[in-house]
Amino acid sequence: MKRLVVGPFNRVEGDLEVALDVADGKVQSAYVNSPMYRGFEQILKDKHPLDALVYVPRICGICSVAQSAASSRALANAMNLQPPENGRLAANLTLAAENIADHLSHFYLFFMPDFARDFYKGRAWFRDAQTRFKSVTGSATAEVLPARAKFMHLMGYLAGKWPHTLSLQPGGSSRPIELTEQVRLSILLTELRLFLERTLFGDNLEAFASLDSESALLAWAESRKTSADLPRFLAIAYDLELQKLGQASGRVMSYGAYHDGENDLFPPGLWENGVRGALDISVIREDVSHSWMKGETALAPAVGFTLPQPDKTGAYSWCKAPRLDGRVIETGALARQVVAGHALIDDLVVRHGGNVVARVVARLLEIARVLPVMEEWLRRIRPGEPFCFAATALEDGNSVGLVEAARGSLGHWLEVRQGKIRNYQIIAPTTWNFSPRDATGKPGALEQALVGIQIEENNQGAPVSVQHVVRSFDPCMVCTVH
Amino acid sequence: MNNVSRQEPLNLLWLQSGGCGGCTLSLLNAECTNLFDTLKGSGIRLLWHPSLSEESAQEARRIIEDCVNGVTRLDILCLEGAVLRGPHGSGGFHLTTGGDPVMALVEKLAGVARHTVAVGSCAAFGGVTSAGLQPADACGLQFDSDVPGGLLGRDYRDSSGLPVINIAGCPTHPNWVIETLAALASGMVNLQNLDAFQRPRMYADHLVHHGCTRNEFYEFKASAHKPSDLGCMMENMGCKGTQAHADCNTRLWNGEGSCVRGGYACISCTEPGFEEPGHPFAETPKVGGIPIGLPIDMPKAWFVVLASLSKSATPRRVKENAVADHQVVVPAVKRTRQK
Repeated sequence: MKRLVVGPFNRVEGDLEVALDVADGKVQSAYVNSPMYRGFEQILKDKHPLDALVYVPRICGICSVAQSAASSRALANAMNLQPPENGRLAANLTLAAENIADHLSHFYLFFMPDFARDFYKGRAWFRDAQTRFKSVTGSATAEVLPARAKFMHLMGYLAGKWPHTLSLQPGGSSRPIELTEQVRLSILLTELRLFLERTLFGDNLEAFASLDSESALLAWAESRKTSADLPRFLAIAYDLELQKLGQASGRVMSYGAYHDGENDLFPPGLWENGVRGALDISVIREDVSHSWMKGETALAPAVGFTLPQPDKTGAYSWCKAPRLDGRVIETGALARQVVAGHALIDDLVVRHGGNVVARVVARLLEIARVLPVMEEWLRRIRPGEPFCFAATALEDGNSVGLVEAARGSLGHWLEVRQGKIRNYQIIAPTTWNFSPRDATGKPGALEQALVGIQIEENNQGAPVSVQHVVRSFDPCMVCTVH
Repeated sequence: MNNVSRQEPLNLLWLQSGGCGGCTLSLLNAECTNLFDTLKGSGIRLLWHPSLSEESAQEARRIIEDCVNGVTRLDILCLEGAVLRGPHGSGGFHLTTGGDPVMALVEKLAGVARHTVAVGSCAAFGGVTSAGLQPADACGLQFDSDVPGGLLGRDYRDSSGLPVINIAGCPTHPNWVIETLAALASGMVNLQNLDAFQRPRMYADHLVHHGCTRNEFYEFKASAHKPSDLGCMMENMGCKGTQAHADCNTRLWNGEGSCVRGGYACISCTEPGFEEPGHPFAETPKVGGIPIGLPIDMPKAWFVVLASLSKSATPRRVKENAVADHQVVVPAVKRTRQK
């Protein structure tokens, strides 16, 4: 058995290191290490409850709005506060803008550049992939960066700036939108739609979102006359058989995304090997047996604590191991779309299990499904009506704030006593996906997804198939440990 | 200082440690045709960036080692995120793949760099990572909050004779970073261009208050009481725009934004120690009804007199709009030609 340590694992958000035990040219077992600890849960202790809105976005530069949304929801729940319709719509638009921008950044800046590696020199598509997706110099980067920056003008209006806004408040949004701005925002959405339809999909969003099976997807990709980037990806992915790569636990969950009145745009739930069910968050426990963290038993986040123990034997990550009733969970766009029962993602996962292709397609599908809904949310905003209610005093309370970030299920558990934060515990999406082993020795979702991968020769210490699998989860390591 | 000729691009190595990566994400919001072309055109050669470069693992480690060993000339070292000194001074809260503290690697690289740049308030002063109980014992490259020292010490100078350049902000505005790098590449940065906290004066010589769209409310002390109110946020909502050094309301963020335009207080994120203001962020601390933090350069007695005078002179329009989320009284239209 040979131990291969892959790090620094770049083009992910934050720091990551993956250790692989390799025998017979295959990964036998994997160990995922989140090598950086900052201690936000300790930083939040004894703070004024509303100060959480300043600190938590700064856990993460790429999902800062999701952190704000979870925190403002936890505070609103503790205060028994319901934002007005305008406030809810503005908050949904802000979170959706971040999620779409993150999905775009992931596809173009983090994921696709691996196909431009010299490793793939012999492939028919290599020259095209290199011209298009090479990191830093690829033609796609030159197109997507300005389009993304322009789209982020939405944040200038809705959130003041991105990252690190304070516009998401427990009582709604601090940024009232005027009629003229409503019009400008709709132009920004239209501009992104045009970019996506021309450059990424090569088709209109609704047509792509209506695909309902793997065979429909492949037929669609085949029929694209333009050289759009999603059909490009599919051609490469199926040539490399990436649909057979990176299967994880077969168990996914979503907290439910984009609350809109009584309903969520994408519902909450659990999906376990083909069976959909309700999600019970009361059975979430955080195991620390393999984390450099104090504690003996796995605790519910509401009563949990996060205190480092750097010299702990058997530990190999700062990341805790959250489990749902003892079970390993995958979360993210794929999970949301499976739980929501989208036929295309459902078919991809039923045929091959959760895999590299399904994860990437699910993200792009979300872009295609969410942008049209953003157009509708924007139309429903009524300038002149309230955007935000005043926060009420909060002396004592316990609450939870659950949201779906780009990378999956994010939860904040808040306890306030005598007007101060007594305990604040956070479980981020990548904490689920990249967790270390638990007390029973069960590996986390990525650790499972890496087992069995064929390790190529001449890989400079970073097998490319390992990179595809790791990046297919779109990890956010700064959120993972925080 | 030694200027590098324009023909020779400067080699830039970007590392991240105890931060959130938000300054990099903010950089991607840059309003240019293509960020990478702009950097290249400004005379910057990107050796490696953890979020953006192709090289992983061994290849990436080699690029960094070559800088440490002098095989590659390191012209600009950018650190994003605080230096993590804990636990117990070991730096063990952030280790490289080789098992060395990132803190030690940064120190080695700063020792060979022509210029050392702290990107963001974490790398400059410790920032949010050094808040509260200081669980990670975080500090900046050359400051520990507002006290000189940090990782490299008060006397550190890069090989061109400059101290660490602190592009403070949480996050940094993309143009603060691009323009500082471009200025370095054309030899335009010297000690006189840096302020007392070693921030580039091109943006730190301004106040967030400059260009604030709530200025009419400020003039009359017509104040907001809750988020989404249109009024001035200095009196009640904790806004420090009149004290914070940055050009956020003349340069603007994401097109047409800024914190105060987003309806929330400036928390003075470019200032050392902003993460521990000693009061709830969204409340203005006062003594005898007067805010403790007065506008920079404003004598207190005059502030008190002018505030009470302007309050009593507030037009009805300004007074009523200040506590509404849209204009409830619009500016009057005169029947005569304006003089």
